[in-house]
Amino acid sequence: MKVLVPVKRVIDYNVKARVKADGSGVDLANVKMSMNPFDEIAVEEAIRLKEKGAVEEIVVVSIGVKQAQETLRTALAMGADRAILVVAADDVHTDIEPLAVAKILAKVVEEEAPKMVILGKQAIDNDMNATGQMLAALLGWGQATFASEVVVEGEAAKVTREVDGGLQTIEVKLPAIVTTDLRLNEPRYASLPNIMKAKKKPLEEKTADDYGVDVTPRLSVVKTEEPQGRSAGIKVGSVDELVAKLKEAGVV
Amino acid sequence: MAVLLIAETHGADLATDATAKALSAAKAMGEVTVLVAGQGIDGAADAAAKLDGVAKVLKADDAAYAHGLAEPLADLVVSLASGYSHIVAPATASAKNVMPRVAALLDVMVISDVSAVVDADTFERPIYAGNAMQTVKSSDATKVVTVRTSTFDAAGEGGSASVETAAGAGDKGLSAWVEDKVAESDRPELTSAKIVVSGGRGVGSEADFKIIEALADKLGAAVGASRAAVDSGFAPNDWQVGQTGKVVAPELYIAAGISGAIQHLAGMKDSKIIVAINKDEEAPIFQVADYGLVADLFDAVPELTEKL
Ligand SMILES: Cc1cc2nc3c(=O)[nH]c(=O)nc-3n(C[C@H](O)[C@H](O)[C@H](O)COP(=O)(O)OP(=O)(O)OC[C@H]3O[C@@H](n4cnc5c(N)ncnc54)[C@H](O)[C@@H]3O)c2cc1C
Ligand SMILES: Cc1cc2nc3c(=O)[nH]c(=O)nc-3n(C[C@H](O)[C@H](O)[C@H](O)COP(=O)(O)OP(=O)(O)OC[C@H]3O[C@@H](n4cnc5c(N)ncnc54)[C@H](O)[C@@H]3O)c2cc1C
Repeated sequence: MKVLVPVKRVIDYNVKARVKADGSGVDLANVKMSMNPFDEIAVEEAIRLKEKGAVEEIVVVSIGVKQAQETLRTALAMGADRAILVVAADDVHTDIEPLAVAKILAKVVEEEAPKMVILGKQAIDNDMNATGQMLAALLGWGQATFASEVVVEGEAAKVTREVDGGLQTIEVKLPAIVTTDLRLNEPRYASLPNIMKAKKKPLEEKTADDYGVDVTPRLSVVKTEEPQGRSAGIKVGSVDELVAKLKEAGVV
Repeated sequence: MAVLLIAETHGADLATDATAKALSAAKAMGEVTVLVAGQGIDGAADAAAKLDGVAKVLKADDAAYAHGLAEPLADLVVSLASGYSHIVAPATASAKNVMPRVAALLDVMVISDVSAVVDADTFERPIYAGNAMQTVKSSDATKVVTVRTSTFDAAGEGGSASVETAAGAGDKGLSAWVEDKVAESDRPELTSAKIVVSGGRGVGSEADFKIIEALADKLGAAVGASRAAVDSGFAPNDWQVGQTGKVVAPELYIAAGISGAIQHLAGMKDSKIIVAINKDEEAPIFQVADYGLVADLFDAVPELTEKL
């Protein structure tokens, strides 16, 4: 079967985001960008399914600015077979809402006919946690979100999910949407030879217009602010002093 | 403005704390009808009807909703959606699974993890692991919103709403429940506990996590963990606090052997009082701690347990 993996280019998780002075958003100019960590896990899972013989082809797709090419090359170097870049914005600061991303992905799914789409559970920039579920709705497919284990069994997948009380296992009919949680796997690093090889793998470039999807946002940003900071308190010298402070504060 | 609030349930019971906190947010948007979906949920529906400020309760009792599967639940919510300007739920794992699906079926955006309601169209939410707060205004006809429960107070009791039965919306059978592995615990729930004691990689092993648990039990607290502690197998996944785990804001948060990565801080920095116990005096956790103790946690935590 074929698997489609959408990957998003986001601020590197080690970089502390700074709000732009005009309050319009977060400053992304000259900031290190990387593949969303959950998407690395999604690519890794697709590769593992391929290594187990459950998957023949892995197609990765990214929607955003031209620079998302780099993110796609990373996925190809990890082991994906082919990439599609959908250019939908020219400025790194214009991002596309999950609903529009899901609509474009639905068109890609129509063309590519994958049996499974594996997405990250959330992108670490906007933390929406929405795209996979929205895509499942648009396609009328089943969804297995926040996966910590995926086993493909014939025409279904058995997926263990991280939920509030612990773990839940469900069986979802294929084709289906899976979104990855942190403990699904540990993504591999691309080796240098594979990075070289990835440069020759096919990368097709499209635009949002090719799919006839209106990406006009439904939400408009009123303002973006730094959160209220917390200042460091005091260091206590001993457990006794700590106990005294906590009693004083009335919390114990 | 009419609001449909999707109640959170644990099995057949109402998850009162999460539902009552989301209710506080929902009341700021309009008149609230609560939907309770599940199997054998008469008690849960009655409990929802008693919450202060609920105008009506809709009860959808069907095996299809027993395990919170997203597809039938989203279809149910969509079948009831007309007439409501807002569809709201607490931002729990189950609502995060269902609400974006509801939004896409209605062709509207979902607004996730809202931390404040500015007006009926305008909401504040944290982005970038809480490093920025963004206020967004929705132009959609129906607003689909999940609410960050840690920033709202729970609505009280005192209501006496009527309970009506809602017709089910069928089940296309796209997915099926297999099993739940839910740890039973007498400890308070992490997201509603007044005190949380968390351990990180510094705790070193699953066996040594017992000293964290002993302190928690002494204080009647919930136990939390950093991602590193969960990934290392010291603690179960549902204990993870942070950007991609649970968000907590207790009266007292005690972090032992946790360095204070931004992803962890995103889940606990709204706690009223933060205590950090770490042997590295440069650990970033001290920058947000009200009381920092530079010490070996293997000495300090048992001593604290004894002296409290
Ligand atoms: C007016 C306005 C201005 C905004 N300004 C900014 C801004 O300045 N900077 C900013 O970063 N955001 C901005 N946003 C937010 C942005 O539009 C979306 O909310 C965000 O891109 C999608 O949310 P998410 O990435 O958290 O999706 P999630 O639903 O959390 O993503 C889950 C998964 O979906 C897949 N996915 C998501 N997006 C893509 C993609 N583009 N390509 C391929 N796969 C994808 C990935 O697998 C990902 O792991 C703005 C939004 C609005 C309305
Ligand atoms: C996409 C993504 C999402 C993430 N989401 C989360 C999340 O939701 N929650 C989360 O917590 N993390 C999350 N992380 C991980 C985060 O970046 C950190 O790696 C993690 O929080 C570190 O955990 P820690 O503080 O326990 O471990 P470490 O950073 O290794 O810190 C251990 C600390 O213990 C101290 N220590 C060691 N021994 C002792 C001792 N005997 N006595 C006292 N102190 C001691 C050390 O000085 C050190 O400060 C995420 C990362 C990514 C990339």
